[in-house]
Amino acid sequence: MFERRAQPHGTLASVILIAASLILALLMGAGLVALAQVSPWEAYRALFYGAFGRIYGLVDTFVKGTPLLLAGLGMVIAFKAKVWNVGAEGQIYIGALFAVWIGLYVGPLPWWLHLPLALLAGALGGGLWGLIPGVLKAYLKVNEVIVTLMLNYIAILFVSWLVHGPMEEPGGFMPQTPRVATTAQLPPLFPPTRLHAGVLVALAAALLVYFLLFHTTLGYRIRAVGAGPKAARFRGIGVERTVVQVMVLSGMLAGLAGANEVLGIHYRLLDGISPGYGFTAMVVALLGKLHPLGVVAASFLFASLSVGADMMQKIVHVPIAISRVIQGLVVLCVLGTEILLLYDLVPLRRLHQRFSSLRFRREG
Amino acid sequence: MAPILCMRGITKHFPGVLANDRIDLEVEEGEIHALLGENGAGKTTLMNILYGLYEPQEGEIVFQGRPIKVSSPHQAIGLGIGMVHQHFMLIPVFTVAENIILGLRSSRGLVLDMEQVQRRILDLSERYGLGIDPNAYIWQLPVGLQQRVEIIKALYRGAKLLILDEPTAVLTPQETRELFHILRSLAQQGTSIIFISHKLNEVMAISDRVTVLRDGRVVNTVLTRETSQTELACMMVGREVVLRIERPPPAPGEPVLEVNDLHALNDKGLPALEGVSLRVHRGEILGLAGVDGNGQIELAESLVGLRRPTGGKILVKGRDVTGSLPSTLIRMGVACIPQDRKAIGSIGEFSLAENVILGSHDQPPFARHGLLNRQAIRRYCQHLISEFDVRTPGVDLQARALSGGNLQKLILAREVSRPHDILIAVQPTRGLDVGATEFVYRRLLEERQNGKAILLISTELDEVLCLSDRIAVIYEGRIVGEMRAEEAVAEEIGLLIAGSRREIGIGRRDESRSTADRKNSFAKETRERV
Ligand SMILES: Nc1ncnc2c1ncn2[C@@H]1O[C@H](COP(=O)(O)OP(=O)(O)OP(=O)(O)O)[C@@H](O)[C@H]1O
Ligand SMILES: [Mg+2]
Repeated sequence: MFERRAQPHGTLASVILIAASLILALLMGAGLVALAQVSPWEAYRALFYGAFGRIYGLVDTFVKGTPLLLAGLGMVIAFKAKVWNVGAEGQIYIGALFAVWIGLYVGPLPWWLHLPLALLAGALGGGLWGLIPGVLKAYLKVNEVIVTLMLNYIAILFVSWLVHGPMEEPGGFMPQTPRVATTAQLPPLFPPTRLHAGVLVALAAALLVYFLLFHTTLGYRIRAVGAGPKAARFRGIGVERTVVQVMVLSGMLAGLAGANEVLGIHYRLLDGISPGYGFTAMVVALLGKLHPLGVVAASFLFASLSVGADMMQKIVHVPIAISRVIQGLVVLCVLGTEILLLYDLVPLRRLHQRFSSLRFRREG
Repeated sequence: MAPILCMRGITKHFPGVLANDRIDLEVEEGEIHALLGENGAGKTTLMNILYGLYEPQEGEIVFQGRPIKVSSPHQAIGLGIGMVHQHFMLIPVFTVAENIILGLRSSRGLVLDMEQVQRRILDLSERYGLGIDPNAYIWQLPVGLQQRVEIIKALYRGAKLLILDEPTAVLTPQETRELFHILRSLAQQGTSIIFISHKLNEVMAISDRVTVLRDGRVVNTVLTRETSQTELACMMVGREVVLRIERPPPAPGEPVLEVNDLHALNDKGLPALEGVSLRVHRGEILGLAGVDGNGQIELAESLVGLRRPTGGKILVKGRDVTGSLPSTLIRMGVACIPQDRKAIGSIGEFSLAENVILGSHDQPPFARHGLLNRQAIRRYCQHLISEFDVRTPGVDLQARALSGGNLQKLILAREVSRPHDILIAVQPTRGLDVGATEFVYRRLLEERQNGKAILLISTELDEVLCLSDRIAVIYEGRIVGEMRAEEAVAEEIGLLIAGSRREIGIGRRDESRSTADRKNSFAKETRERV
């Protein structure tokens, strides 16, 4: 039935396959919506209207997609090296903490110094949170899944303690820090919408990660360690060193996602700054086929689905659970195309051959 | 005898390659049919089609008189077609019996009837002289026995036709003899066998008929007793091949690789090297002969920095490099063709271009200031491909799509084209056809002429005898004999390899035959490989 292809399909075929799988997921979702006694047509209209129909929806899609993109890029780097970083959530929190710290306590500085400094601090914080499991894995062979998972709790609870205590806004009612200086804030792009310059940072990061992976020696090492660790070691690539670098870079991108949230949306540190972006980022990375540019599409697609789902619930009362299921179907279907990218479905190919031989005969 | 298998007009293209071009193949019942052809001729592809791994674009297969469509190995097994791959598919921590029933249904529903299974395995083992203990764990078994487990696995599933893709490439001569014994007994009792090998003497010894492929096409099918090695070689390559290796007199220079009293453990933590001392000079080939598993792999790994010695010293150009990192050793000029070309020698998912810069990926002109120069890398790969005659549609092909021999040439190309003084070649011609073998031999001798020091680690005595200036024999982690090539006698080395502890010093050789005699006998043996 399936036969492994000599080479994976090219870009065009991949895009077509993925688009087809998206449509398939939406069709299956339509069935579910119908089961909930809602017209699928109406429901999807609401979904698209919610995500793209109004300027606020569109903005929301970008705003929610930005941290997914940044953290997702971090996952791409880690997964390419077959390093299983499941600690993006914690890295996001530590990144946010570092960024807020610069925004609150350093200055006054001009914005062109303060903002980059705060972003950099966010990346460094995330990187630090990646360095720990990286070193443990590389030099002490401690499983990174367990360490990163545990570090998530430490990060989230540590930030929670800070905003309830030492860093709490004096005289405030909420467990949160004061606002960061305006010079450290990511400027809004189209006020009064929430769209801010973070989306540009994220898009630039996607290009950078692409360049890093495919045009630098570090990227070469990262991919080699993932695809052929024994061969990489044999030909002099420092596998341990690369694993540490991968974890740091991966954490830095997640940390940047955290900085993006506090400097662009909340302007302060508080509980629950990430509704699980660090975990969704893993899904987004896989959905984007571990390609930086694929992740751009995947993160905004995912964001639009969740923004649209809200509207679907508001307008046509589709239970939110069902829209979650649709999101799940999208992931499954797109990941399912993997098999069609790597393998040929033999009956399909036979059809294609028959078709091309017909055409050939007609021409001939 | 009726044909059990007829393949007719089988055609298979891969992008840019016509791997099988209207191939006809007929196998009789109880026949041992050899499939012969250069690297990349399409043998494995044809067998993968028969085994349901690939779907041909054209052609039909008739098995036991019925036209069949095989679209998965599962189906092939159901029809009675079994295949033993070069890389075994066994689970090391399972017993033989557990491996054999893996994926089969139990006669008692959910409960395993291990006793019945063991009885059947013992029956089969006895019937064909396999000598398999169903309760042994796979990891305890040597390669030769693991291969027989694969054979039993196929027989257990009722295979009437057994495909063996280069089964002897991993075997010792002794194991090969035993395998041939088994194959004959299988054939006598009606099982048909397709046997792939690059070694013509094996094909002559075991097969009833031979089909020769070239560039994806059948050249001819002949009766083995009516042909000769020379004729077969000629059919394979399309011209006369004489494996005539001109070995100019050695002119060894100073020693560049010195190994003193080296000790190391194997992966199981047991002693693998127990005091190995060697010395390789510039412009010299030192052949290390020995049966697989006597510490050769551990020695090679220690020399390239993959294994930390537990004692002793390694000196490269006089500098102590014991326990250095692979990158340091590469910089010190140690190149290596490893024994495992797929897992260690290359990265299957990487393109050929990405593979040829393994080990120099951060050196100019491939990289400057941490940035890769993709143009330069591709150009370099293109250059290596044409210089070393790697048959491929392009430099962007993934390495795993290359045929075995072509991948080997690519690795050779990569290693000898980087600045180096020492070349460690482990089984450099395993799985290579005659033409490619000749090519590799020439390149190794060229290396020697260019003043490199070469350590050739091989289990093939012919190879060691034909290339080396000096020969050392390794047995159970020790060097048990060392001699100059012109003083070497194949029989004596054979004894040493087998562990007969006769101390052979220089000057204690069989003096009854003149040197000229011995030279003649080498030349003869060498020619027999062709
Ligand atoms: N999956 C694949 N994708 C693309 N090309 C392939 C693939 N498999 C084989 N080829 C090509 O088809 C040709 C035949 O390969 P095949 O492996 O059948 O050769 P072979 O006769 O078994 O050679 P060898 O003796 O080296 O094992 C080669 O040119 C090879 O590069
Ligand atoms: Mg082959």
